[in-house]
Amino acid sequence: MKSKSKWITVPFAVWVIIFTVVPLVLILFFAFTNEDKIFTINNITHVGKYSSVFVNSLLLSAVATAICLILGYPFAYLISKMPEKVQSIAVILVMLPMLMNFLLRTYAWMTILENNGILNSVLKFFHLPALNLINTKKAVVLGMVYNFLPYMILPIYSVLMKIDKRLIEAAKDLGAGKMKVFSKVIFPLSKPGVVSGVTMVFVPSVSTFVISKMLGGGANILIGDLIEMQFLGNSYNPHLGSAISLILILLVLICIGILNQYDSSLNSKNKSQ
Amino acid sequence: MRETPIISLRNVAISLGGQRILENFNLDIKDGEFVTFLGPSGCGKTTTLRIIAGFERPDSGEVLFKGRNITKLPAHKREINTIFQNYALFPHLNVYENVAFGLRIAKYKEEIVEREVNHILSLVSLSDFALRRIDSLSGGQQQRVAIVRALVNRPKVLLLDEPLGALDLKLRKDMQAELKNIQKQTGITFIFVTHDQEEALSMSDTVVVMDGGKIQQIGTPLDIYNEPRNAFVADFIGESNIIDGIMIEDCLVEFAGEKFRCIDSGFARNEAVDVVIRPEDIKLTSKENGRISGMVTSVTFKGVHYEIIVDVNNFKWMIQSTQVQTPGEEIGLILEPDDIHIMKKSEHSGEYGDYSAFSDEMYEIYEENNK
Repeated sequence: MKSKSKWITVPFAVWVIIFTVVPLVLILFFAFTNEDKIFTINNITHVGKYSSVFVNSLLLSAVATAICLILGYPFAYLISKMPEKVQSIAVILVMLPMLMNFLLRTYAWMTILENNGILNSVLKFFHLPALNLINTKKAVVLGMVYNFLPYMILPIYSVLMKIDKRLIEAAKDLGAGKMKVFSKVIFPLSKPGVVSGVTMVFVPSVSTFVISKMLGGGANILIGDLIEMQFLGNSYNPHLGSAISLILILLVLICIGILNQYDSSLNSKNKSQ
Repeated sequence: MRETPIISLRNVAISLGGQRILENFNLDIKDGEFVTFLGPSGCGKTTTLRIIAGFERPDSGEVLFKGRNITKLPAHKREINTIFQNYALFPHLNVYENVAFGLRIAKYKEEIVEREVNHILSLVSLSDFALRRIDSLSGGQQQRVAIVRALVNRPKVLLLDEPLGALDLKLRKDMQAELKNIQKQTGITFIFVTHDQEEALSMSDTVVVMDGGKIQQIGTPLDIYNEPRNAFVADFIGESNIIDGIMIEDCLVEFAGEKFRCIDSGFARNEAVDVVIRPEDIKLTSKENGRISGMVTSVTFKGVHYEIIVDVNNFKWMIQSTQVQTPGEEIGLILEPDDIHIMKKSEHSGEYGDYSAFSDEMYEIYEENNK
């Protein structure tokens, strides 16, 4: 049995090697070489010039992640409290936007938020002042929240679903009212869901380029845009692009590492088993 | 009853998932007693417990706590704690924090929490485990954490929902003794749910035998065992031979084609009754010396005794005896008047008490073993 189950992992291992390990090695190679394939750390030091883009990206992603958490947690909690049949419908509704093409969704927001777009037409109809949203940071955050909210809701929901109802009864039995049951039992037990939700929203947010390009205009470029420009834009420089990617990977890893500290209790459990 | 019962259920009815679990259910529980709800699974014993705990609200009827109506009081406001079947310990908290949970909710000062928790942990020899994770404990240790997590709050009533079900036999015996001890020392009313009749008999002051959402009998373990009120109770509590009989007159009953002296009275003349005879009360003798006789169809060694199935006119009797018998031999049965217990006919009559299906099965196993 054991030797057989090992073979099952071979296709995945091959996949990972071809599409993850090799590209990573290539990124490393490009990041530390110049056009003549000679070792250099100039690319890395050049990244420093774009620190404001990094700060901007991290900040907007953090805000978007926070909003997703504030919106997503109560929603996930509500779904988990619904009758079972309603739950599956609610989950489908949450995933429904994901069935539409990502570009199309973001493009739709463009037409809504434009200065002469749908939103402002509605405001005008009610004689309210027009809002300037397109090409602002607010629009970028909105785009991130809209696109990545399901990735926050679903992991939190699935963890909340799995919480043993008897633990909630035990807490009530020991004198805990609704608020205490939530703060002392439900929330601590749902932390793994929060951690994976935050990771799944933050990571794509910090590396997105479509949202910032379409909703943020030229003034709000993010790390993703910067990388895209190095590979596809006028300032073609895959060496710098790789160096930026490398720094981004490191930043994301650090963020995940910090997050997992909040969930350390769970990790130690897995280790002991 | 002069004293106000600590818990009273009045005309309680409840349906769960469209199924009627309890109907017109009435019960009084005296303060300081060890009460056991005993019955097969699905008899409504756990639901009754959950109504007392406040996890289920009855569709109609009342729950009284010391005479006060608590039907609508939510679980967290009741002076009642529960030990759950699967313990329901908090996996994200260590042993100490699990035990401290109730005291923290009640906003006791930290030094009181520390004193109480450490004291109670030492009582169950878990002091060294205070900082351990729940999933690193054995079943017996988790069981003890669950007990002290409830007891540390000094509840007026402690509910125990089959708390020993997951433990192995040896540990279960130890925990039975420990629980009984704790109950005596603290004087807290224990309401214990189990389907294990031996557990119920050995631990309780009062046993409530339940089946089909109804109380079949309430009494001391001795009453329940010696004076079962109907065929269900007789069969569920221990093994019983239940035979159709006719009460000729007071203290004279006819069954198995013979008339026997007995000690029961108060029945109508020639009333049809159920006759209960416990397997351990029957004495064996030679065919000639017995009042009734039959053929041994199977003998099974059970450790303390042999379980012998005897066919008397096609009714299979179970007899427990320390003397070994040979299958196929004719033997005689001796019944003393106080071995015979008479019950009124009930809805359960005829459902239990014949060991024919049982003995066929036994016989096959016996045959297998002797090939």
